[in-house]
Amino acid sequence: MSRLQTRMATAVAVTALAAAPAFLGVFSITLLNYIGIYALVALGLVLMTGIGGMVSFGQASFVGIAAYATAWTSALMGYSPWLGLLLALVMTGLVAAVIGAVTLRLGGHFLSLSTIAWGLAIYFSFGNIDGLGNYNGIASIPPISIGSHSLADSADIYYLIWGALIAAMLGTHNLLNSRVGRAIRALRGGNALVESLGINAFQVRLVTFVAAALMAAVAGWLYAHMTRFISPTPFDVHVSIDYLMMALVGGSSHLLGAVVGAALVTLMKNYIQDLLPLLAPNTSGRLEIVVFSVLFILFLQRARDGIVPYVARWLPPPRQEFPGKAEPLPRRRQPAKGTPLLKVDAAVRRFGGLVAVNEVSFELRAGEILGLIGPNGAGKSTMFNLITGALRPSGGKIVFAGRDITRAAPRHIARAGIARTFQHVKLRPRMSLLDNVLLGLYPRTSAGYVASALRLDRAEERRARHEAIKQLERVGLGARPFELAGNLPLGNQRILEIARALAADPILLLLDEPAAGLRRREKLALAELLRSLRAEGLTILLVEHDMDFVMNLVDRIVVMDFGCKIGEGAPQTVRNDPRVQEAYLGGVA
Amino acid sequence: MNAQIAAILTMDGVATGAIYVLMALGFVLIFSVTRIVFVPFGDIAAFTALTLAALESRQFPGTVGLVAVLAVAATAMELFAILRARSFARIPRALFFYLVLPLLPAGVMGFVSGATLNAPLRIIVTVALILPIAPLLDRIVFRPIADASVLLLLIVSVALHFALSGMGLIFFGPEGVRTQSLTDFSVTAAGVPISGESILIVVAAAIFCLLLFLFFEFTIQGKALQATAMNRTGARLMGIRPAHAGTVAFLLGSAMAAISGVLIAPVNTIFYDSGFIIGLKAFVGAIIGGLVSFPLTAAGSLFVGVLESFAAFESSPFKEVTVFSLLIPVLLWRSYTLLQPEEDGEE
Repeated sequence: MSRLQTRMATAVAVTALAAAPAFLGVFSITLLNYIGIYALVALGLVLMTGIGGMVSFGQASFVGIAAYATAWTSALMGYSPWLGLLLALVMTGLVAAVIGAVTLRLGGHFLSLSTIAWGLAIYFSFGNIDGLGNYNGIASIPPISIGSHSLADSADIYYLIWGALIAAMLGTHNLLNSRVGRAIRALRGGNALVESLGINAFQVRLVTFVAAALMAAVAGWLYAHMTRFISPTPFDVHVSIDYLMMALVGGSSHLLGAVVGAALVTLMKNYIQDLLPLLAPNTSGRLEIVVFSVLFILFLQRARDGIVPYVARWLPPPRQEFPGKAEPLPRRRQPAKGTPLLKVDAAVRRFGGLVAVNEVSFELRAGEILGLIGPNGAGKSTMFNLITGALRPSGGKIVFAGRDITRAAPRHIARAGIARTFQHVKLRPRMSLLDNVLLGLYPRTSAGYVASALRLDRAEERRARHEAIKQLERVGLGARPFELAGNLPLGNQRILEIARALAADPILLLLDEPAAGLRRREKLALAELLRSLRAEGLTILLVEHDMDFVMNLVDRIVVMDFGCKIGEGAPQTVRNDPRVQEAYLGGVA
Repeated sequence: MNAQIAAILTMDGVATGAIYVLMALGFVLIFSVTRIVFVPFGDIAAFTALTLAALESRQFPGTVGLVAVLAVAATAMELFAILRARSFARIPRALFFYLVLPLLPAGVMGFVSGATLNAPLRIIVTVALILPIAPLLDRIVFRPIADASVLLLLIVSVALHFALSGMGLIFFGPEGVRTQSLTDFSVTAAGVPISGESILIVVAAAIFCLLLFLFFEFTIQGKALQATAMNRTGARLMGIRPAHAGTVAFLLGSAMAAISGVLIAPVNTIFYDSGFIIGLKAFVGAIIGGLVSFPLTAAGSLFVGVLESFAAFESSPFKEVTVFSLLIPVLLWRSYTLLQPEEDGEE
């Protein structure tokens, strides 16, 4: 779809929404109001669950905190609902931040389970706090008014609800196509990659979680002032499941999924409530939840992706704009050639009784390519993980550019100027090549969440995209930057990892078997690329099994075997070293 | 609060905690073998209590209807799969395991429900009736998505809980029940009265934990389950079918749920939807064990029981809030002690 078509479709949709109150009855508008409010909550879930990979069973309780906050402010204390909004946002944000801070370090299902628990705890609190009307709830909540105009009518608050929803969708859309948005999208699939790019995964999770909670808070505020009465019931855990269902049915990887899902589930609920008593007269609403849960389970079994991605498959793909020219981003100053850059001093790493790396020492000088070789199981990859902080050394010391990084976290090491690739390729297969490389640019750019949501990051974003395409072109993948990374053959995925590492403008590049899976010609091109990088002053440490590749490329070699360093020197010297020959070929006859 | 009240509360808490231990072990067992967080566990325990109560008052228990619905659904799915694979020779076996075997206790129930049974017989019939529920649910709900991520399985599991609690309302009605005491024996130790009920609960829980331990350590079936829990692919290469191991785990889980239901029925009033909260509290215990360690799980569950008992004494309305809030420091502690396995690959 071209940009014009997208804009026209959006314009038609917005006009239809704006004109709706003129054509529809009060009942339909009220239904639309509920859909809008639910969609706002579901949108938060799409952001945190579908895109960020965190499942919440407690979203309804965030809606509840906001609804109670504003009900207390306006109905019980008599202040303006707008003050209620402020309190709702602050309270929900605080609760979400505290809960997030304790639970978001945990793996996926722990987080989700704890959301059930705190969802229940908050729900029970509503019913048991005396000042909040216990299980009877709070009645006579005043309507919102803008100036002197009161939004008591459902057709009036309709515009506020859908306005808020559209604003939230635009903001989220902008956010997802920005520096931080890419970090959110990269969260799924593990921390190792995210942290190795200098991104604080925990912080990104926390902000995403709080953002989703704030959307729920706005929904709760609107809900309280629309229904004018609240009780604990609509904030129970099973309502959270409804929200989750909306996001998943609509398509949790897509922003529109929130609206489609909210509309579908709300309408279906409405329909089933009318229909069931006719089909099974004596069940008086008992069947409803069964039918709904069963439908949901069937849906999850048969069509996990949801409706919007299914429909989107039949639409022409969105046309992407090729990154244009922009001012290059500032670069790091490379240290003078030949100065000591990395010093590994008697590094030890034990796994239980196994000593994977045993007192290995070596030094890396700026501007050289050092090959780390050794038979399988020699401890090369472990050594890599020690340098990049993915593993902590059991002993010894690692100094990079005069700074002790022995116990530093991977993201601090990444920010200090060490970029890496992985032995088992770590890419985000459902993101484009360009986006994958842009991930590498995270530490070199600075746009925050609010700026990104408001599109204030465009100048920086242009520079970043220009830089990313430059790196893609440099490694020879510049032809189709919008291809999904998962569609590349394995060899090229390795090359894409190199482009991503280069995008970080590193001082030291660590490559773990970069030539594996490449054809001969591609290997030659890779060697050429690495030589040109060296010529620019970049320092490279590489693990590789292809001896031709290593011998013709590197300046020096360190040989490891069974966790120990057994040799070091120029390729020719190492090749003639009897200990190395023994390690590789067995005993010398 | 004086020492005597504290002692009574502790006793109470240990008894409740012992029930949580059984349930939490069931959670850990099912999770480690199948990666499914089996949220409806508590529902099954509640259904056990309701079945037992129905038998006591000589009513026809709703469980029969529930099991029949599940058995028919599972059989239909199995037959459909068999027809599609055109391996017709498997039909009799499927009919036996998915239709006849689960409905056998239900059929027996048709004869005995009017009769007066003594307590042990009632319990045996109840447990037999409850046993097929979890394996049938596994076949109907989880088998088709066995490859899905833990999170998707969890969402399905939560949805399943709501479906079950809705069915519970249909089959059992909204009334709460409490069954007759299993024993009216009681002793007084150091001025603190200890009910026979509590002793029975703790002893029963201990026995079943021991049986579970023996099963895991000393039977080939138990070893197969352990192997599946540690490495599914590896277990498969050794000829262990993960689906089969899953069925065994669910059967054991069903048994643990049934036993905890029998034990809790005389001490708590149970409604069709009580299971969720009870199960979640047991779950807090399971999380203390990190969903992997059996001994830590047991200790954690006991702790939850005692905490709940004290919280109920201090402020009854907030006892649930207290227990679920406990999860937060526990998770905080866990987040620094549990090694997070890298969850690779997007779904």
